[in-house]
Amino acid sequence: MTQVKEKERKLTIARAMAESIAMEMREDETVFVMGEDIGELGGVFGNTRGLYTEFGAERIKDTPISETAFIGAAVGAASDGMKPVVELMFVDFFGVCFDAIYNMMAKNTYFSGGEVNVPMVLMTSTGGGYSDGGQHSQCLHATFAHLPGMKVVAPSNAYDAKGLMTAAIRDPNPVIFMFHKSLQGMGWLGTEKEAIVHVPEGTYEVPLGKATITREGTDVTIVGITSGVHHGLKAAKELEQQGVSAEVVDLRSLVPLDRETILESVKKTGRLIVVDEDYHSYGMTAEIIASVAEVGVPMKAPPQRVAYPDIPIPFTPVMEQWALPSAEKIVNAFSKIKETEQ
Amino acid sequence: MTPTQEQEIWMYQNMVTSRFFEEAIEKIYMEGKTPAFNMAKGPIPGEMHLSNGQEPCAVGVCAHLNKDDIVVSTHRPHHVAIAKGVDLKRMTAEIFGKKSGLSGGRGGHMHIFDPNVNFSCSGIIGESMGVAAGAALSRKMQGKPGVAVAYLGEGAANQGAFHEALNLAAVWKLPVVFVIEDNAWGISVAKKASTAVKHNSDRASAYSMPGVHIPDNDPVQVFEKAGEAIERARNGEGPTLIEIETSRLAGHFMGDAEAYRPAGEKEHLAEIDPIPAFKKRLSERYQWTEREDQALREQARETVNAAIKYARDSDYPAPEEALDKVFV
Ligand SMILES: Cc1ncc(C[n+]2csc(CCOP(=O)(O)OP(=O)(O)O)c2C)c(N)n1
Ligand SMILES: [Mg+2]
Repeated sequence: MTQVKEKERKLTIARAMAESIAMEMREDETVFVMGEDIGELGGVFGNTRGLYTEFGAERIKDTPISETAFIGAAVGAASDGMKPVVELMFVDFFGVCFDAIYNMMAKNTYFSGGEVNVPMVLMTSTGGGYSDGGQHSQCLHATFAHLPGMKVVAPSNAYDAKGLMTAAIRDPNPVIFMFHKSLQGMGWLGTEKEAIVHVPEGTYEVPLGKATITREGTDVTIVGITSGVHHGLKAAKELEQQGVSAEVVDLRSLVPLDRETILESVKKTGRLIVVDEDYHSYGMTAEIIASVAEVGVPMKAPPQRVAYPDIPIPFTPVMEQWALPSAEKIVNAFSKIKETEQ
Repeated sequence: MTPTQEQEIWMYQNMVTSRFFEEAIEKIYMEGKTPAFNMAKGPIPGEMHLSNGQEPCAVGVCAHLNKDDIVVSTHRPHHVAIAKGVDLKRMTAEIFGKKSGLSGGRGGHMHIFDPNVNFSCSGIIGESMGVAAGAALSRKMQGKPGVAVAYLGEGAANQGAFHEALNLAAVWKLPVVFVIEDNAWGISVAKKASTAVKHNSDRASAYSMPGVHIPDNDPVQVFEKAGEAIERARNGEGPTLIEIETSRLAGHFMGDAEAYRPAGEKEHLAEIDPIPAFKKRLSERYQWTEREDQALREQARETVNAAIKYARDSDYPAPEEALDKVFV
């Protein structure tokens, strides 16, 4: 708590990301940005807006549509003293360039016995809900988090976005920074208002690998990330009407995963619902439930997960909206928990 | 290989139908999206990439294809789909996300599949090329006739898949033609800022295949050059890379403010719109009358209106149908 209350300055995640990058670029000449349409356009999702004007084409580099080349180039530059921040426009496009990511970026540090570090940030948009079809709507959290050697973070609000970006740029390791389109604050994608929050003007870090309790409660733990946190918060409000006190944990990082915070919460509540917009099977939900099961936390009921069904994401809104996680599905999951308790 | 009068009129008709279709989609797309533009709203949600101006690339190539030939298109697929003879009613219903759509609403505008005429497309840049090469390989292995055509934007020529597929097609002498629709832009990035060669067709020489550069957005030139390439492919002489300098008259997608365009560019492109130019040619060469033109336009308009009506009148699928068709 600061003594003098700072004037409230609400920013979108897009602006918070751009602000963090700009501040790091002013301090550190080795930081530069590459990606498609990140220059004059300011990024399709607005997260590099203003950077081109301030820093120019040398440090804010529009690339050809050549993800393998420019992400590979980021690995090379990072190993040679630069700190690239690169954008993969939609996470769905990882298919054309994953080798540069998981075989090079994520492994070079280890292969070199820790001698070669790869301080880069790969920022990429995730998520659906606006009918962009199955090649432009995925989250793929687990796809990245599964593979060792890269940190993976994903903010649910602008405060965390700025702090996580700053920490990611300063971290000597590669960091995947996933931002959810529905939280980005771009009107054309619809906007989750709760993601637009006060962001201090100064520089600060949100530590990588540290979850936060977004809402305290005693009866059930709802664990989520990005959009899942907002569904969780809405569900918590509804549950409150039923006299249920829900605790919402925002993971913020998938790698490292803050198991401690999750366990602490579940020990307190004895009930667990994990929310993820990524696919159901082999994903984040399974990892968290396994982490709780492994240590044998006494549970009042079996844990539940609310995730995306194991199907490619359908275009038509009737199917897509039906398949997406929602507050309602979380509330229903809680009812199921209560049923199993009886 | 010059087109007959009949072929020219067929091309013109398809260009007009395609343009009317895009204009109708453009209008309907904005329903529910004003005053605040939110992509999720309205009868056609999601991204929408219009093909206005690129019609010559579609008709000049597809005029040589029959239903058994294969076309793999891009994220900007409508003009090519129309020229390939995709069921327009069911394609429109797909774009509206209806049950009667080609994929029952699962695909949407970037994922149009009509196996009856061997048409498909994808939203990932450059990925049409390997798929088209593979379809050509299949025809060769099965001893079946037919060629495959892959469409791509000029931006895709900087993608790894472009180079891999060209080499593969050449080394296996596959019956495939690669068609670059060079509209000079990849979203906001100009071709000259992203591409090391002036003409992507020059890259064909790296893979020992003919590279054909078509400098004008002219369906007749496309017809002539594509005709030769497709004949080569049909005769077992291997692949060709064709580059067409075309125009993107609209934004990259609907909602694009296009602030990156140099002043006057849009106006210039409108002046060289290929449809009025083609009409002029028809009237000069074939005494194409205003009356004939009106009749053709009316027919095109009816085709489009019928497709839109079909799509509007169709029902949405049941939400649970989302779970079907992952496997067959
Ligand atoms: C692998 C991949 N990278 C990036 C994108 C995002 N994207 C969609 S369209 C586009 C521009 C494509 O330009 P071009 O190939 O020239 O086709 P045009 O849009 O001009 O028709 C980009 C970068 C994508 N869909 N796939
Ligand atoms: Mg282009």
